[in-house]
Amino acid sequence: MSLSLASKFARRELRGGLRGFRLFLACLALGVAAIAAVGSVRSGIEAGLEREGAAILGGDVELELIYRFATEAERAWMQAQATAVSEIADFRSMAVKDDERALTQLKAVDDLYPLVGTVVLDPAIPLSEALAPRGDLPGAVMARALIDRLGLTLGDTFTLGTKSFKLRAELVIEPDSAGAEFALGPRTMVLRNSLEGSSLLAQGSRFNSKYRLTLPEGTAIDALEIDAKEQFAGSGLRWQDARNGAPQVAQFVDRLSAFLILVGLSGLAVGGVGVSAAVRSYLSRKTEVIATLRALGADRATIFQTYFIQIGILSLLGVTIGVILGAALPIMVAPILEARLPIPTAFTIFPAPLIEAGLYGILTAFIFTLWPLARTDRVRAATLFRDAWDGANRLPSRPFILATLGAIAALVGMAGWFNGSWFLTLWTLGSIAGALAPLAIAAFLIRITARALSHRLRGRPRFRWAMAAIGGTGEGAGAVVLSLGLGLSVLAAVGQIDGNLRQAIAGNLPAIAPSYFFVDIQKDQIEGYTKRLEDDPAVSRIDSAPMLRGVLAKINDRPAIEVAGDHWVVTGDRGITYAAQPKEGALITAGEWWAPDYSGPPLISFAQEEAEEMGLNLGDTITINVLGRDITGTITSFQEVDFSTAGIGFVLTMNPSALAGAPHSFISTVYAEPEAEAQILRDLATAYPNITAIRVKDAIDRVASVLAGLAAATSYGAAATLITGFLVLIGAAAAGADARTYEAAMLKTMGASRRMIAASFILRAALLGLAAGAIALFVGALGGWAVSTFVMETEYQVIWPSALLIIAGGITATVLAGLGFARRALQARPARVLRARE
Amino acid sequence: MNNPIFTLKDAALRLNGNAGPVDILHGIFLEVMAGESIGLIGPSGSGKSSLLMVMGGLEQATGGSVHAMGEDLTAMDEDALARFRRDRMGIVFQSFHLIPTMTALENVATPLELAGHADAFDRAAEALEIVGLGPRAGHYPAQMSGGEQQRVALARATAPRPAILLADEPTGNLDSANGEAIMDLLFNLRDQYGSTLVLVTHSDALAQRCDRIITLRDGRIDDAAKSSAVA
Repeated sequence: MSLSLASKFARRELRGGLRGFRLFLACLALGVAAIAAVGSVRSGIEAGLEREGAAILGGDVELELIYRFATEAERAWMQAQATAVSEIADFRSMAVKDDERALTQLKAVDDLYPLVGTVVLDPAIPLSEALAPRGDLPGAVMARALIDRLGLTLGDTFTLGTKSFKLRAELVIEPDSAGAEFALGPRTMVLRNSLEGSSLLAQGSRFNSKYRLTLPEGTAIDALEIDAKEQFAGSGLRWQDARNGAPQVAQFVDRLSAFLILVGLSGLAVGGVGVSAAVRSYLSRKTEVIATLRALGADRATIFQTYFIQIGILSLLGVTIGVILGAALPIMVAPILEARLPIPTAFTIFPAPLIEAGLYGILTAFIFTLWPLARTDRVRAATLFRDAWDGANRLPSRPFILATLGAIAALVGMAGWFNGSWFLTLWTLGSIAGALAPLAIAAFLIRITARALSHRLRGRPRFRWAMAAIGGTGEGAGAVVLSLGLGLSVLAAVGQIDGNLRQAIAGNLPAIAPSYFFVDIQKDQIEGYTKRLEDDPAVSRIDSAPMLRGVLAKINDRPAIEVAGDHWVVTGDRGITYAAQPKEGALITAGEWWAPDYSGPPLISFAQEEAEEMGLNLGDTITINVLGRDITGTITSFQEVDFSTAGIGFVLTMNPSALAGAPHSFISTVYAEPEAEAQILRDLATAYPNITAIRVKDAIDRVASVLAGLAAATSYGAAATLITGFLVLIGAAAAGADARTYEAAMLKTMGASRRMIAASFILRAALLGLAAGAIALFVGALGGWAVSTFVMETEYQVIWPSALLIIAGGITATVLAGLGFARRALQARPARVLRARE
Repeated sequence: MNNPIFTLKDAALRLNGNAGPVDILHGIFLEVMAGESIGLIGPSGSGKSSLLMVMGGLEQATGGSVHAMGEDLTAMDEDALARFRRDRMGIVFQSFHLIPTMTALENVATPLELAGHADAFDRAAEALEIVGLGPRAGHYPAQMSGGEQQRVALARATAPRPAILLADEPTGNLDSANGEAIMDLLFNLRDQYGSTLVLVTHSDALAQRCDRIITLRDGRIDDAAKSSAVA
């Protein structure tokens, strides 16, 4: 009965139109739109990756081997299953043109490449034509970045190892590039046959071989995968298929979008503050109606339901607008996104992310409107005679508190379930709550301080009025500090983390980092290589170590993943080494190193910190798969390994007799004067053309540019939060507009000039903005410090340019929003305003 | 007129303001018989409206007892009081208090709907006809003059044919011609339905139309004029 009557009343109340609800709708719509858009982009990328899975992978199935090509038996198995098999070798090398040298990621392909997808070259010639030997020189194609770096033009000759190649075309599209791992150098592509006699791909060189297979129609991929893994267990073979052609990309996109959705939730929380303020303001205008209904005999349930239904309908409208915008936005900007993303995309309307965003919106609206709605409970009929709010600031009754807590739990649960990472969800949502709490406390303190100050500022009317306004209810200090503060906090945290990260990798590191990493130094080259550098006075230090790559397969005879979960050491292949003695200055933290001439069963020294994280103890056994062979050793010591210096560091070191027989090369770091770096590279590249040099500064720049992209993506998410915060600001300014008009009229009546009144308006807005900015900076810096200290393990410094921008932004935003609504107040004629109040 | 509709014994009202507690009413003893009309008069701040609120259950007495139609209003919670008003009372306010998003007809139908009457709108239309606003049924309060709005309020208060009619300075916001018309209507309807009327007014002339005048001063019934029956 009461519900149907409430629906009727709600419908009648909705005739009042959307006046007072524009901000409500905008806050909700913007927050939902941001989340829906991020989710839709993610789905678009996932759909693209799925659709183009085979092209990205370069076949229906890819089998990858480290440091070796497939054996006869392995090849025979592949040929038996596939309609076609294509072989590729992928490794780093140096491309040289006269005095110019540049790191490149070299792909040596066969005639069948690419089995799926199309290579696009400029000029538009077939790949086979571009790579085929013509005259005495084989052909090559290169990415534009490398062509420019070496100053090449089409038809020029350059060398790879000891062999010359002719550049025939620019590589515009490499269909399987999205599935490739992170590369430090741009791509060069040649025929594998052409590398013969180049001294590259020698035994012990670092390379990966990949076999792409196309399968007959209807092949059961699952069964084939099981068969391959059984047939070649322990061979180090890695399986990948077109169902997930680019797992790293998919995982990266998934993680990044999960994080951005959580940042979007902070935007929704900011919007929630605006939604709450709008409902509060609306219901305070409705006090008389509520009191009248009570006088006419409506009970509390009918009144609560009336406004709950009304706000519910408006919330659904806001969420719907947001969902439509969020669905449309990626489709509208699809051409721009497709042009900028190096991976295939398929943008269309995806229901799942829209439902996710819609549910977040509904729950947020529920959480932020329930308490203001609960206050209808306290409006008594006596309000019609006098201001009779019963404990307006008291907490709502228990059912409302429990319902709110339930909705918060549902929101957290939903966020964790949707993005699949409870750790990320709880951290991010915990951070939002952690930011909201100090902001709420600060807003309260600002109000009582302002109120107290307003009594002490006699003789300074502008300040006194400003303080009185901030301390009162009209200026919406709470909404301003909470909404703007939360938006700025997210931005401040991003700025501080990004700044510290950049400083850590680009500022501090070069002071202790080597100039170059040299890899693929052959056993017979290491002596000459070392001597040549030792004779160079510009070189201050050379560290060299044998290096193999292996997969940590088992711990105490159990699969390593079972024991260590997804720890980075057990995911993928790792560099390992052997040594007769500990490295100079190495700190053995537990156990003992083997005797220099030890030749018994394999022994292992493991990095201490990683061992602790993986739960390893002295005496544990570890099985490493190296070049398809399992080697099991016992941990006899732990040592401290510092990976942050960019020097040589291995998680796992074995005694020499355990590994020395396996084909391997050496890795070396060279510390030298910056001015001598170019000359060292020239000398070594001339003497040992097969050696690959990685300039540490270039590698750092490459990593920094990836991080910059991540920071930019996060900043866009934070910007949505900030825009919502600004909307809330505008709403707060709009809600206080009548009060300001009346105040201005009163002050004018008493003789205040418009200039004085304007100054007071600006002052109060600026002070609130300053307070919001300062608190946001504190919260953001706290977040930055926590991430720097506990996640990145670097020293934290306040990034002042970003910090000052945040504070300036806070002041500018509040002053702009305040001034927008001050004009009417300043222009209004006192008589008209005061008469309207009568 | 044998059964008391209102019985107030030593009723008091104390409100807690920011500056501390304020005694609005004290020591009110009053009995109002069924069908009787009472005029509450007194200077501003004497507690007339507060007494009306206490009698209407809009404000709960903080001392003594208030019985209406045999029920103890001080023992009821907010919802019980709302139901009591819905079933037994009609209230007319000085400021009309019409709901702006509802038409005149919907405003009048609201208490009937709240009481669950299936014919709420028919009865509301009839009530509007009685106050002479049948043709304005579809108009919103903002489209009406003050006098018309008060007539709608009067129709709203009387449409459920309540046993009790409370009116708080119903002509306070109207010019004299409109005020007089409203008072005529009020008394006619009260006569028609046999309701007990409690009328708060500043006007002695209006109070004279009631069966009895109660004068309040400083929150107490003025003994000198305690029950000046009107001839």
